Amino acid sequence: MTSGVVSARLTDEQYQRNFSDVHLPLTAHEASIEADRCYFCYEAPCISACPTEIDIPLFIRQIATGTAEAAAKTIFESNILGGICARVCPTETLCEEACVREEAEGQPVEIGRLQRYATDTLMNIDEHPFERSADTGRSIAVIGAGPAGIACAHRLAMKGNRVKIFECLPKGGGLNEYGIAAYKTVDSFAARELQWIMGIGGIEIETGCEPIDSEQLDHLRQSFDAVFLAVGLRGVNALDIGGDDIENVGNAVDFIAGLRQAEALSEIPVGRQVVVIGGGMTAIDAAVQSRLLGAQDVTIAYRRSQSEMSASRHEQDWATSKGVRLLTQVRPVRIIGRDKVQEVELEYTKTNAQGHIVGTGENFRIGADLVLRAIGQKIVQISDVLTTKDGKISVKGAGRTNLAGVWAGGDCAAGGQDLTVTAVAEGRDAAEDIHQVLNN
Amino acid sequence: MVSLRSDFLGISSPNPFWLASAPPTDKEYNVRRAFEAGWGGVVWKTLGLDPHIVNVNGPRYGAVWGPDRRLMGLNNIELITDRPLDVNLEEIKDIKRDFPDNAVVVSLMVPCEEQCWQDILTRVEDTGADGVELNFGCPHGMSERGMGAAVGQVPDYIKMVTAWVKSSTHLPVIVKLTPNITDIRYPARAAKAGGADAVSLINTISSITGVDLDNFSPEPSIDGKGTHGGYCGPAVKPIALNMVAEIARDEQMSNLPISGIGGVTTWRDAAEFISLGCGNVQVCTAAMTYGFRIIEELNAGLAQWMREKGFTSIADFQGRAVRNVTDWQFLNLNFVTKAEIDQDLCIKCGRCYAVCEDTSHQAIAMKPNRVFEVIDEECVACNLCINVCPVDGCITMRQLAPGEKDLRTGETINADYRNWTQHPNNVAASSSE
Repeated sequence: MTSGVVSARLTDEQYQRNFSDVHLPLTAHEASIEADRCYFCYEAPCISACPTEIDIPLFIRQIATGTAEAAAKTIFESNILGGICARVCPTETLCEEACVREEAEGQPVEIGRLQRYATDTLMNIDEHPFERSADTGRSIAVIGAGPAGIACAHRLAMKGNRVKIFECLPKGGGLNEYGIAAYKTVDSFAARELQWIMGIGGIEIETGCEPIDSEQLDHLRQSFDAVFLAVGLRGVNALDIGGDDIENVGNAVDFIAGLRQAEALSEIPVGRQVVVIGGGMTAIDAAVQSRLLGAQDVTIAYRRSQSEMSASRHEQDWATSKGVRLLTQVRPVRIIGRDKVQEVELEYTKTNAQGHIVGTGENFRIGADLVLRAIGQKIVQISDVLTTKDGKISVKGAGRTNLAGVWAGGDCAAGGQDLTVTAVAEGRDAAEDIHQVLNN
Repeated sequence: MVSLRSDFLGISSPNPFWLASAPPTDKEYNVRRAFEAGWGGVVWKTLGLDPHIVNVNGPRYGAVWGPDRRLMGLNNIELITDRPLDVNLEEIKDIKRDFPDNAVVVSLMVPCEEQCWQDILTRVEDTGADGVELNFGCPHGMSERGMGAAVGQVPDYIKMVTAWVKSSTHLPVIVKLTPNITDIRYPARAAKAGGADAVSLINTISSITGVDLDNFSPEPSIDGKGTHGGYCGPAVKPIALNMVAEIARDEQMSNLPISGIGGVTTWRDAAEFISLGCGNVQVCTAAMTYGFRIIEELNAGLAQWMREKGFTSIADFQGRAVRNVTDWQFLNLNFVTKAEIDQDLCIKCGRCYAVCEDTSHQAIAMKPNRVFEVIDEECVACNLCINVCPVDGCITMRQLAPGEKDLRTGETINADYRNWTQHPNNVAASSSE
């Protein structure tokens, strides 16, 4: 196999197979069998396990009684991005983990796949299921067209407000469009979903904007009735071990975004030996997709134990099933290579009495012709007057910042898990709060 | 050593499972397959006079499904055999010759004229069949022509026709009863009065399984129209068990043999029918749902249960439950139970809570972390929590011991039996206390 970072390692057929839908949609027959398994629990634990609190037993009962469209409406009432969430939510640690059938027989109702069945059914009709209320005359600026921004915009628009979304990337969708493994959102789903959501009316999107700064924020506060910040985490944490300027050392998020936006997968170069540094979903998505692009050896190097990885066990198993090696309790200490990367030097770690990770002093090297950093993202600061907490915008209640008329949600806001579904919940709840404040 | 051998009216069969008169017993081909699979006997699908009847050419069956499309109830608008009498008689003869150890009973339905019955009986006797079953039950099609349920719903007709049949044949005569009446004991007593050797029940229940919400036709739909059909399958078993019990415990019936029919699907169902007094059982829908191979489960299951209970023959447990069927007024009001939830088995679905809170007695508490506990002060032991719990054995009823206090009524449990006829609230109760 060719060493170095090269494209077109596979045949078209292999690319197609490797990047097809990871979970095939349920057929009507499968959905009917699975829906019959739901017990319609009282104050069902799956509902409280869902950050958007979708009425899961109700929508499953609606599938079981042959009204998948009504089921989808139940989902979208709580979560307008129910389509993408059905594809990317770590259901095994959310609704499905809470399912009483998990306790009863270790086999939860497949809530995620049922949600996809319902939402696909309604979205395929290509009709927007909600009607916009009478115009309130209020207008709100939403900064960022990711899940939080879209969810906020939709809810505000539905209630009769006018919304303008400012997005600095060429396309809307945020991580749904630029992050997330390709096999989880095939057939341009993120773009189609965004367009479908826009069907509510009253939302305008401007893409390719300059990233927001303090001056612009002041300006927006004056020209709009409210501002919702959903800028995500555009900054990437550095390794602090040098070697960042060596060729073929890059960010996992950029690698994933490139893959998502590629015209053809054969254009995406990948190493023969890939090392991904980190332990979250980004690390998993970068590592698995490297393998699927034809890399021979892919290693995830994580400084703590496997159980401490923020990627779920399900995702870890998915990665190993694709031939990714999980190397835990190691940390990179040196990136080696003259002009192009050749090796990564790692040190074994242990946790000391204070709970800190410390090196044991035993080092080893592994070959690498592509190194991807996935050690977390951070916010790019907007304004000195916005107070922050743990590096993120601090919020109270439904996303209220310290600035009057400014709300924040999604990954850029403090608190909550950095999940699509959490971002949707925060966007939706902020919209409700904004509407309440502006129209009362 | 457990023996499943059945002797019903002197008709011997290797096991008590007969296929009921229905589509599975319409032809030699099916019956041969049934006996080869291990069925004890058949009641041949009802014969009538030539020219033979015709059936509809659209759907004959309608269905009611449980979860996962499990067939819970089936209804049919099929009539009696739609083949010439000669053909059926020839086939019956061949079958009886080839399977002498199996029971072959022939179901009959002819017009209410004595000559018609005499003629057909002579011909049936020639086949070597073991007995006849009089179809007084079919609720559709034939009843409109003065046969089937039209006879079965009028006790005088039952008695008259049964008497004709008894005087025209030496074969054992079983009268098959329709459940589409108000009190099953009247037709049963009429059959006995006419000289019947046994009754079999239940025939199917008049029913419409559903309505097509696109064309508003009842199901099964024939060219946009439907008619009531006969309902059978697991859904009708409780109705059949009750009717069997009513006959079994009727003093006027003095142990008239009963062939139990109605939703027998597993060995357990059969054991229940037999313990309520049946000498054997007849099966149809279960075979029509799963095919003839279920006989292996029926035989093996019944034999295992009999072994576990120490029964060696069907007679050992036949009728064991009859003495325990009583009238409501004689139930012991001093028998007090309370629901108990096994927290280790509980999967925390909360269905018991939802139904008790919304539709019953608010006798279950929902505590933090979804712990559900019975409130003894409120529990009337209605059983609904057990009925809706998805986990078998998770909720059970505990009988309060004599001397224990019922926290709901504040009364101490009395060991004595006391029923409604003795209760002070019963204004009709005797004042001798």
